[in-house]
Amino acid sequence: MLIVLVLGGFLGATLVRLAPGYGIDEEELDTRLSEQSVQALRQSHATEENLPRFYFGYLSKLLHGDLGVSQSLHRPVRQLLAERFPETLKSVGLGLALAWLAGLSLAIASVMSRLWIIDLATGLLASILLCVPAAVLALLFVIAQAPGRLVIGLIVFPKIFYYARNLLAASASLPHVVTARAKGLGGWRVLLWHILPVAGPQLLALAGVSISLAFAAAIPVEVLCDIPGIGQLAWQAALGRDLGLLVILTMLVTLVTLVANSGAELVAQPLRSGDA
Amino acid sequence: MKENLIRAVLLFTVLAAGLGVSAQSGSQLRFCIRADPKTLNPLLVDDEPSETVRYLTGGVLLRLNRSTQQLEPELATAWRVSRDGRSISFTLRQNVWFSDGTPFSAGDVAFTMERLMDPSLHSPTGDSFRSGEGKVITKVTGKDQITIVFPKPIAGLDTLFDQVAIMSARSPRKEMAVLGPYYLADYKAGSYLLFNRNPNYWKHDSAGRQLPYIDSVRIDIEPNRDIELLRFMRGEIDFINSLDAEDYDRLAAQAPHTAVDAEVSLDAEQMWFNEVPESPLPAYKKAWFASADFRQAISESIHRQDLARVVFRGHAQPAVSWISPANKFWFDAGLAPQTFDRKAALQTLARDGFHLQNGTLRDRDGHAVEFSVITNAGNEYRERMAAMIQQDLADIGIRLNVVTLDFPSLIARITRTFDYEACLLGFVNNDLDPDSQMSVWLSSGENHAWNPAQKVPATAWEARIDALMRTQALTLDRNRRKQAVDQVQEIVRQQEPMIYLVNQDAMAAVSARLRNVHVVVLRPQVYWNIDQLAIGNRGAR
Amino acid sequence: MRRIRIAAILFLAVVGATCLMANLVAPDSYAHQFRDIPDATPSLHHLLGTDDLGRDRFSRLLYGTRVSLLLAPAAALLSSLLAALLGGAAGFVGGWLERCVMAVTDLFLAMPWLFLLITVRALLPLNVSPLVSVAITFALLGCLGWAAAARVVCADARALCGSNFVLLARASGASGFHLLWRHLIPNLTPILYAQFWISIPVFILTEANLGILGLGVAEPLPSWGGLLRELESFSSLSAQPWKFAPLILLIVTVSCFHIAVRKQEAWA
Repeated sequence: MLIVLVLGGFLGATLVRLAPGYGIDEEELDTRLSEQSVQALRQSHATEENLPRFYFGYLSKLLHGDLGVSQSLHRPVRQLLAERFPETLKSVGLGLALAWLAGLSLAIASVMSRLWIIDLATGLLASILLCVPAAVLALLFVIAQAPGRLVIGLIVFPKIFYYARNLLAASASLPHVVTARAKGLGGWRVLLWHILPVAGPQLLALAGVSISLAFAAAIPVEVLCDIPGIGQLAWQAALGRDLGLLVILTMLVTLVTLVANSGAELVAQPLRSGDA
Repeated sequence: MKENLIRAVLLFTVLAAGLGVSAQSGSQLRFCIRADPKTLNPLLVDDEPSETVRYLTGGVLLRLNRSTQQLEPELATAWRVSRDGRSISFTLRQNVWFSDGTPFSAGDVAFTMERLMDPSLHSPTGDSFRSGEGKVITKVTGKDQITIVFPKPIAGLDTLFDQVAIMSARSPRKEMAVLGPYYLADYKAGSYLLFNRNPNYWKHDSAGRQLPYIDSVRIDIEPNRDIELLRFMRGEIDFINSLDAEDYDRLAAQAPHTAVDAEVSLDAEQMWFNEVPESPLPAYKKAWFASADFRQAISESIHRQDLARVVFRGHAQPAVSWISPANKFWFDAGLAPQTFDRKAALQTLARDGFHLQNGTLRDRDGHAVEFSVITNAGNEYRERMAAMIQQDLADIGIRLNVVTLDFPSLIARITRTFDYEACLLGFVNNDLDPDSQMSVWLSSGENHAWNPAQKVPATAWEARIDALMRTQALTLDRNRRKQAVDQVQEIVRQQEPMIYLVNQDAMAAVSARLRNVHVVVLRPQVYWNIDQLAIGNRGAR
Repeated sequence: MRRIRIAAILFLAVVGATCLMANLVAPDSYAHQFRDIPDATPSLHHLLGTDDLGRDRFSRLLYGTRVSLLLAPAAALLSSLLAALLGGAAGFVGGWLERCVMAVTDLFLAMPWLFLLITVRALLPLNVSPLVSVAITFALLGCLGWAAAARVVCADARALCGSNFVLLARASGASGFHLLWRHLIPNLTPILYAQFWISIPVFILTEANLGILGLGVAEPLPSWGGLLRELESFSSLSAQPWKFAPLILLIVTVSCFHIAVRKQEAWA
């Protein structure tokens, strides 16, 4: 896991470093600057020119608990994260709760109900949310002065709904479930005893993945709804090509992804062995 | 005479407003900026948000009145530039204190100038004072007398002091001790800046009341223009400093009193071709771009009136040069913008051996004329202008590919790799004096966009521009300087290394509760007289 | 229900046919600028009005649908196949392969891909035609969009490997390939369907945002994503509801696809 984490940071740094526009300040175009100042501005990034050296120097500092200072915001990264991470956790948590509550319950309704209208309506709702650009959703919330965090939920919801519905539908069509239904077992009992256990591991995997989906959704939402969280920070760091900050953020997101996915697997394991 | 009249009118408005402004305690002015200030150090300011902070907090010796475009005394009560243009002497205002209570003296000015001119600081403001090698000497000749001597003459020396916020030599609070109308009280990165009125601000209105009228200023950081407009309409902010044409029209329709078009601004949008000999372009394309006929033909086939009318909804006018009509003294009224003439363009092209073949323009050797123009993504004006130019050029058989790039990638192409064919960009212009544009026009300049940092001028006309720009820099008589600058503009107009497209209007939105507002074209358009702005209820007068 | 399905299929057929014959159906060229009437309201000649540059919005919608409706499903198919291949193999084989693939998946989910896209733009020549540019963009999206689905597919494949009927098939001597082909792939389809359908609109929207990096559709070619970007300047929307047309068409088209295909699934 640690290897993946370090690898994530390194790959992130490489991507940022190799992309054109790295180490370039808009200020270079200032006509007042003397030639020496322009050169000095260009030189200021030279220390990061050698990528492996930069990265290992960085890593050793990191191991001593020094996260460095953001180049674009001129503030310690640790402080920025401490300020912003709770904000994002709050938005992502709320968004995920909303997305799962709506996604899973509508998926269950769609699978269990024999009314085609419910199937159609839930599908349509998910389609609409999937098709509306995140920026438009966020702006609508700003106009309505509604909490922007909910938008994350609306963005993640259709994805959870589609996966969950298809998974549940597949489980519902398994021979033993069909038999159980034919024997006249009640809908809820079939769901709890037969369908959910079969689809459980996949749903848990989906849960793990949905956390990274929510983090990805947090970027546009936080930027547009003016929520001072990690997503907004990531956007600012990307615009400013802030290598140090981007590496930390990449590693942070990698860590969250790893923890979420491994956690989901740990929970899924006993379930699977129990099933077998 | 005219100036006096303007002053009298201004004074009158201030007086009249002063009567209406009674209880202002607890009043707060609110507006938005696009991004965090990159620095809070007034000496290092280079971006607009930082400039906003400096304008609100910094006390300067001389202030360029943004309305009259004339210098006015502030912390200096009198000043004199020496005959040789190398030194300037100030008589300073007495009994002035910094916001933290430390007294202001000539020592602070000397300290600020020494810090500013430190070569290792690389201050953009400092660099504008750098005309030649050598040290800057400050001579404090009395408590309120100081003379600053530069190694070489500097054109428009006194105007440059508009940008120099005086710092305290003694205050333990360093740059946080200020002489301007406000001091920075709170700052949350990415969210807001809060300024409180400086209790020691020296300026008083004619009735003897201490300025500024408004107690505090809250600036929110809001990157999204749409949301800024929404907040303005809701009354959450008091003004929008620069409004785009679409928003202006919408606001003018809904709340006509709040939308202000202050007429044409200093900024110009332009397009230029890559003429760097070492660029990775094929030789035949380099030959096109190096031909003045080719550039002129492109310029002739662009319908500038349409650009101004469609893209800017009429809130712009065809540009003729890098100095816009808003620049009262330096604008060359004798120049006329390039007229749109497709036939003339084709004739000009024919002189260079270009010819139309089945609707496609081809050069002498049969290469179809096709090139790309890069511009920065996210700027809707430029994307639309590029799409219109694309259509204009298609009409003379040229295929133009529009590529939008993120800003750092764009800068990498135009300053490092030179891997581009044409670029469409606008340069923000804050200085009235053309001397600030030396690095654009000198062929050796880093900002000589089409072919930067040349060892020797590549063409005769660039050599001529070099000579004229140097002449204007060494001449002290403004009128003679203007003659040289006019000649430069005429050469640029003929050779078109920069194809000037439009000058956009300065537009703003101002809430009705804000008083004493007089929107101008120079930055900061709305709050240039921040210390005199007041908040009053509608009809409270 | 059957009637709705037929209606959906008919609708799709009409949309498909109109777009394929856009040259014949569209009243104007997508690039022609009627400069005297920018931002016009709908009229007989301009059914959906004109955009900021005076281009006929209805014609742009037709041509844009053609570009997006062709390329987005292709990219979605690519990403679903990648997810099936990597996720399926990992779940089926298990062990170190699974661990490796899952680690790669996690990395894929966390990487700042923005910078890869910027690099790709730098490697492309500037004079690339709009169509090639958009094709490359969709190919990239397809190559980058598989990770989330792969995890779910992997979990599903693993569950299937442990399930009774696969054990039964194994016991009866079925080969690995036979197992994969006959039992695993058909049972993975629900997830892959989900991935496919989610990807289409997501890719269409992402393509529009990539315009910021100089990728995606370049002027003057229209795309659905590009047309949807008009919605982002919201303050004009209440006054110009016809700007919602591309969004409604996208929603209806995606929904019709669902209806048309879902029942086939159920019947299968």
